[in-house]
Amino acid sequence: MFKVTIDNITVEVEPGTTILNAARKIGGEVVPPAMCYYSKLKGSGGKCRTCLVKVAQGSAADPRPMPKLVASCSTPVQDGMVVQNITSPEVLAARKAIVEFLLINHPLDCPVCDQAGECDLQDLSFKHGLEATRYIEEKREFDVVDIGEKIKLHMNRCILCYRCVYTADQIAGKRVHGVMYRGDTAEISTLISQNINSDFSGNVIDVCPVGALTDRTFRFKSRVWFLNPMNAHRDCLKCSGKVTAWMFGKEIYRVTARKDQFGEVEEFICDECRFEKKQTSDWVIEGPRHIERNSVISANHYEKIKKPSIIKPLEEKTEKQE
Amino acid sequence: MGRKILLEHIDVPGIKTFDVYRANKGYSAVEKALKTMSPDEVIEEVKKSGLRGRGGAGFPTGLKWSFLDRKTNNPRYLVCNADESEPGTFKDRYLIDHIPHLLIEGLIVSSYALGCNATFVYVRGEFKTQIGILEQAVAEARKAGFLGKNILGTNYSLEIYVHSGAGAYICGEETALLESLEGKRGNPRIKPPFPAVKGLYDCPTVVNNVETLAAVGPIINMGGPEYAKIGIGRSTGTKLISACGNINKPGVYEIELGLPVSEFLFSEEYCGGIKGGKQLKAVIPGGSSVPVLPAKLITTTAAGEPRLMSYESLAEGGFVSGTMMGSGGFIVYDADACMVRSTWNFSRFYHHESCGQCSPCREGTGWMEKVLHRIENGHGRQEDIDLLVSIAAKIEGNTICPLGDAAAWPVASAIRHFREEFEFHVNYPELVRDPKHQPISKLAQVHV
Ligand SMILES: Cc1cc2nc3c(=O)[nH]c(=O)nc-3n(C[C@H](O)[C@H](O)[C@H](O)COP(=O)(O)O)c2cc1C
Ligand code: SF4
Ligand code: SF4
Ligand code: SF4
Ligand code: FES
Repeated sequence: MFKVTIDNITVEVEPGTTILNAARKIGGEVVPPAMCYYSKLKGSGGKCRTCLVKVAQGSAADPRPMPKLVASCSTPVQDGMVVQNITSPEVLAARKAIVEFLLINHPLDCPVCDQAGECDLQDLSFKHGLEATRYIEEKREFDVVDIGEKIKLHMNRCILCYRCVYTADQIAGKRVHGVMYRGDTAEISTLISQNINSDFSGNVIDVCPVGALTDRTFRFKSRVWFLNPMNAHRDCLKCSGKVTAWMFGKEIYRVTARKDQFGEVEEFICDECRFEKKQTSDWVIEGPRHIERNSVISANHYEKIKKPSIIKPLEEKTEKQE
Repeated sequence: MGRKILLEHIDVPGIKTFDVYRANKGYSAVEKALKTMSPDEVIEEVKKSGLRGRGGAGFPTGLKWSFLDRKTNNPRYLVCNADESEPGTFKDRYLIDHIPHLLIEGLIVSSYALGCNATFVYVRGEFKTQIGILEQAVAEARKAGFLGKNILGTNYSLEIYVHSGAGAYICGEETALLESLEGKRGNPRIKPPFPAVKGLYDCPTVVNNVETLAAVGPIINMGGPEYAKIGIGRSTGTKLISACGNINKPGVYEIELGLPVSEFLFSEEYCGGIKGGKQLKAVIPGGSSVPVLPAKLITTTAAGEPRLMSYESLAEGGFVSGTMMGSGGFIVYDADACMVRSTWNFSRFYHHESCGQCSPCREGTGWMEKVLHRIENGHGRQEDIDLLVSIAAKIEGNTICPLGDAAAWPVASAIRHFREEFEFHVNYPELVRDPKHQPISKLAQVHV
């Protein structure tokens, strides 16, 4: 086991673990934000650079610091490594810079974006963004397109994390979904407008950290924070059938995979569960799902309703008169 | 006259063909290596020569070779990087055009040293002619028994494959090159793992520049220590410099490392001075990716020493007053050149060539280009200059591959050394907006 210290907290991990996963083992504030890494997708990570951290000491054997900030999601730990994340002003400055870069061409049309309220970029900008933009140039624009019957692509909102590409490749089977062109005109595309026809294509929606890929069966139906996420399951031949059903009253508005505390799906689900099963009778509803994020969805926790404690009125101070 | 190693026989008529090349002691290094030396001895010789990568980074070649993972049972590969696309750099093309067998010879010796039986030459997509030349050279060498099975009756076999890129600068970055060679999108890989451990098709791989590999033949012929005598300090041997811009004699020159920059610029043997007898304004000595230096800093260091054409001397002073050897693309500006326009031009290039994988480079290169375009066309604001410095600083060091740095450095260094030109553009927009405006040097004299 390797010992690694992140923001002064030491943890033991298996050799080969990345800094990010070591930080996730610690949990809480020291976990760097990850916009492209996805533990369930092979090859993901390294791209967005939001997870950059400072390695103040390479290892016990070679204590030299690393010359540049490194992507924590793709840098394996060494025994005795010392990492700074939120304790390094340099890291926080770099993160601010990355957020600024991610936003210069981003439409920030959150008011009409289905992802609002569960958007990693929104959370990230809220935490690390500048108050005002320094970008006065024209933003690049793409047309909104349908990729298949059920999925909408807003390329303007895409941060090119490549998660959907890996998903299409590794989960949805056929490699017809990829990146075309390069630089800031690079775009996610399906081969000559081909649909991604697979029983698992809908998973690209769940892995997308922003509102670039959205569910057409849910589009504009409701803001996510008006819905109650409920754990639900059914017997499914294609997938585990374990989902989150997003309900409004007795109605199911949408179905997604269950996401863990890092925003990753626990298990990928099939398109039938996601798109076709919208009746309450299709599902066994287990109970409320905890949403472990800073988002507005969890702002009104309803799953553990606590009795309000009685607030004692402050004792009035009697002012001395002199 | 400096000593010529790579271009020793360049003037021999017909040296491009196998027969003439062979008649001029060509392929003797292959004979020497395969028949009298073990692979390790070849590597040792290259180590002793002090040869450093000529592709840009200047990493010691022998050391790089010794990192190659030899323990695996997987095949090992050597890949020659002939993607030469850096603005200002055209030395590899020159070698391939004029003396292709020097490269083939170097490839055979190097492949033997590394234990590779399949070696690839990845050629820039636009180099259609050069692909033809290389294919013919490979065929000639094959016919003469220097390639194929049991070369020269030894039990060493080698095939060389010439592969055409599709015309992307980023595919010169070694891991993007490997992706492209595998038939994938040319995105640089996230390192580690490095190619020496996991390269082409996940096998241990060495990627070297054309000029680096071309130097291996002569090194084996003359011996490493002999090669190391040429040059200065840790900059051993000779280097090809492709000189262009406002000089009298643009072209490719072979210099002994350590030659004073001023001699290279002004002597008749090399650049022959500034065209039209004008004043020298600035030089980018290593291809568009390295920092630009103003006239006084390119010929003498900040400490007052004469600056030499060597890895160390060009870098003297760090980024404050130094630059880098890079790939040896020597771009010269006379006093009338506009540094704002040139900087914009480079940033347009990097914007166009960014692969778009990582956020700082994808977004930052486009941003810098747009701001520079405004300044150049008389729509700049005073704060734009510091904005550019800030964007460049935020890209630098935060990207997957060095293209991000390469895009940031020209902008940062141009502003560092020529800030007044940027300010002039901002302060006199109506002058720079005039498409027929005079050279900046003249405008500045009148108006500032
Ligand atoms: C954006 C970019 C473009 C590059 N283009 C080239 C190139 O065209 N030719 C080349 O030899 N090296 C190029 N390099 C450097 C290679 O990555 C690599 O370092 C080099 O081929 C190693 O060879 P050497 O050790 O012989 O110099 C480039 C690097 C970057 C980051
Ligand atoms: S993707 Fe996120 S940040 Fe972008 S518009 Fe949608 S909610 Fe807002
Ligand atoms: S569409 Fe979404 S998942 Fe795909 S690359 Fe863009 S941001 Fe990432
Ligand atoms: S630095 Fe630029 S070229 Fe290099 S990987 Fe990142 S986006 Fe691509
Ligand atoms: S999560 Fe590490 S670079 Fe994106």
